[in-house]
Amino acid sequence: MSILGNRVLRREDPKFLTTGGVYGDDLPGVGALWATFVRSTMAHARIVALDAGGALDRPGVVAVYTAADLDLPPVPAGMPGIPESMFRPVLAQDVVRFVGEPVAVVLTEERYQGEDAAEAVFVDYEPLPTVVDPETALAGGTLLFPDHGTNVATDFREPLDEHFFDDCEVVVRQRVINQRVAPCPLEVRSGMASWGADGRLTQWLSTQAPHSAKDALAGLFALAADQVRVIAPDVGGGFGAKIGPYPEDLVVAWSARAQGRPVRWTETRSESMLGLVHGRGQIQDIAIGGNRDGQVLAYRIDVLQDAGAYPAVGAYLPMLTKLMAPGTYAIPKVSASACAVVTNTTSIGAYRGAGRPEATAAIERAMDLFAAEIGADPAQVRRQNLVSKDFFPYTTATGFTYDIGDYMGALDLALEASDYAGLRAEQARRRAEGGPCQMGIGVSTYVEITNGLPDAGEFAVVEVLPTGTARVYTGSSPHGQGHVTAWSMLASEQLGIPMEDIEVVANDTDLVASGGGTMGSRSLQAGGLAVHEASMTLVDEARQLAAELLEANPDDVVLDKIEGRFHVAGTPAVARSWAEVASAAEERGGLRVEHKSSPSGPTFPFGAHVAVVEVDTETGQARLRRLVAVDDAGTILNPLLAEGQRHGGLAQGVAQALLEEVRYDADGNPVTSNLADYAMISATELPSFELVSMATPTPVNALGAKGIGESGTIGSTPAVQSAVVDAVAHLGVRHIDMPASPQRVWQVLQDSASHKGSE
Amino acid sequence: MNVSMHVNGERREYDVEPRTLLVHYLRDVVGLTGTNIGCDTSSCGACTVLVGGESVKSCTMLAVQADGCQITTIEGLADGDQMHPMQEAFREHHGLQCGYCTPGMVMAAVSLLVEHPDPTETEVREGLEGNLCRCTGYHNIVKAVLAAAQTPLASAV
Repeated sequence: MSILGNRVLRREDPKFLTTGGVYGDDLPGVGALWATFVRSTMAHARIVALDAGGALDRPGVVAVYTAADLDLPPVPAGMPGIPESMFRPVLAQDVVRFVGEPVAVVLTEERYQGEDAAEAVFVDYEPLPTVVDPETALAGGTLLFPDHGTNVATDFREPLDEHFFDDCEVVVRQRVINQRVAPCPLEVRSGMASWGADGRLTQWLSTQAPHSAKDALAGLFALAADQVRVIAPDVGGGFGAKIGPYPEDLVVAWSARAQGRPVRWTETRSESMLGLVHGRGQIQDIAIGGNRDGQVLAYRIDVLQDAGAYPAVGAYLPMLTKLMAPGTYAIPKVSASACAVVTNTTSIGAYRGAGRPEATAAIERAMDLFAAEIGADPAQVRRQNLVSKDFFPYTTATGFTYDIGDYMGALDLALEASDYAGLRAEQARRRAEGGPCQMGIGVSTYVEITNGLPDAGEFAVVEVLPTGTARVYTGSSPHGQGHVTAWSMLASEQLGIPMEDIEVVANDTDLVASGGGTMGSRSLQAGGLAVHEASMTLVDEARQLAAELLEANPDDVVLDKIEGRFHVAGTPAVARSWAEVASAAEERGGLRVEHKSSPSGPTFPFGAHVAVVEVDTETGQARLRRLVAVDDAGTILNPLLAEGQRHGGLAQGVAQALLEEVRYDADGNPVTSNLADYAMISATELPSFELVSMATPTPVNALGAKGIGESGTIGSTPAVQSAVVDAVAHLGVRHIDMPASPQRVWQVLQDSASHKGSE
Repeated sequence: MNVSMHVNGERREYDVEPRTLLVHYLRDVVGLTGTNIGCDTSSCGACTVLVGGESVKSCTMLAVQADGCQITTIEGLADGDQMHPMQEAFREHHGLQCGYCTPGMVMAAVSLLVEHPDPTETEVREGLEGNLCRCTGYHNIVKAVLAAAQTPLASAV
């Protein structure tokens, strides 16, 4: 019987539950100096003077370094097309561009000494005009990088044909804010660097992608690739924000070399809220047109992306938003335009969904607005416009080819599971009663792209040792997803070696030759596929060898996966175990297969969510009562892990819809820079989720698997936002921006009432 | 200052700065790094331990305030190789992913069941409000705590 598809408990858990993991800050770090960063207190200013003298006299201070000491070039943006003049200096050079930007580093014997000494580094700032709002940035009155001549970092703008909506009976337009949010992995950034006497760098990093960090470090220090080793210890969550490495990591490495001692660093949460990238941050102008019978004919989205102070991944997110603009709908005409601007804020990077939630939020808002305008049920309007399951692979108006989908099926499942008709009846009754607490129902359908990076493959090695146990090396980078369990399931399935006898090795560039890391919901379809394929090849090779040992024709030899032994078909009594075959293979270099998977392309998971909220119309408080989620990620390897991914994604989606927002004042001072001020979602703000299973295998890879890491977030955000709007729709409200905080909902209701009063 | 306490049943005595927080005492002085630090505003609960059987965010307490107390951290919860029912429940119901909030979450959950031996879902959610998790959406954590409540000795330390 196959182990695949079963709810196998995690092999990772006992350690985390009994001793706790070993995260960056838990490393022994014997003899290491501590690095503490002096960070800009101003959003935009010229550094007129920088005097470390006061700090050098403090107890335990070994050195203070500033940009003038560092012989490091600015950090390339890591994305094509971003001008060199916008590259980020490792430490701020002459000008600071956001609050929290590192200006200097203090090295001390003890950690607490660094906090004290950092205060004594004197920085004289001459304030410069600050740009926080992306529209102001676009206007260009104040430039962050005068040499570049504009604040526009990436430009994907396309003019709109003035006749674009000519054939539409109805056109609805809306400005939608997809607010800036903080990824908030529970573990902040942490790491340590140590240089060997041979000039080799070993760096421990809390990262999602050790191999790309290794390449970046080797490039920066002009080292051969084999002169750098990156180790990710246990990593306490990433959500896209730890793809890194960050400038602080580079300073830590440089400092360790300068001092000839290991240097370590763990930021505080308050530093992390400013230093770790933020997500989202788009202003979207949407317009949707169609006929009064519900047929949507044309859709246009204009995205203005806030890239933050130093453009990197964030400047490319609107590209994905553009490509995913039409979502699940067969809209004859789609036009998308986008550009990204720099502002005096923390840089925007990848955060769970990264560019796709923004696309889904926009089109789902558009569908609701259109439905409201023609007085139709939002679920019905969606049904009318979904891409039919008969049309896959389906190429969209924006040029993506969706692998496979059944959007109507997903929507039907979600509507049925939520008792949509019953909910509408309850809503009607409560509206008629007119009480202060009203309920809202939000429906979303979504499709997203996973494993969308240009290099869709992943590296794996599978080997069987003379002990009869196996080792799997993977270029994927586990940090909570359950790779050890999943990969040992895949290998066990092919090898017939019990999971507990399979060791999974990851997150160390000396032990794993290459890797793409974990991001973009790529692990199973790229890294898992590699393990699956390598295991099959290994069985083939072992079969050849077993045939020699059995003096049989390889074609006649089979692997008994229950016993883990090879024998001639029909004569199981004479068999060779994995241990025997692996021992025999010793003299030929062992039983070992190196493999890089090459899936034929990305996959496009899809689903439908229904959210039910209660809104207190007197206080504006919105509470999520139910969240029904259909998420189709193709064939499921381990439902336990897949559901866990969905749960986490759903919560983060709800968080954006209802609670979370990174805010700055007009001068660029962050006002949500710790977990007391930032409304990170807790258990009390969530119900238990209602998950509905649906699995449409993808033809793109042999596992039939699509990504699942980000689906929950992408589908839930618009469903919950729509539900809040729906709760007060009968009071004349058509749109409420996220987060639908009590204050915002209350204000919208006040505005709506006064608008009505003045009519 | 000399501070002495029983940590996971063992007497520990060290001379520390008066300003040392309990969490730093446990991690840096005693060397028990299972207890994590996730914020600097006492918001996240990653550092939750039991002091005299009751959950405390160990960043809100000075080590000197715990002088003479019985402290239990995640390292001291299991009975030898036998996991505590709460640890078992977290494993059984996939109540952890990256593991960072887990030690604090488990300790808070054990203490919760002391106060509410048979809690409702709402009581579990409210009882864990001070412990943040970014991975699980709390769904399986709540499920684990409710399941643990049905096992004997889930609130025992």
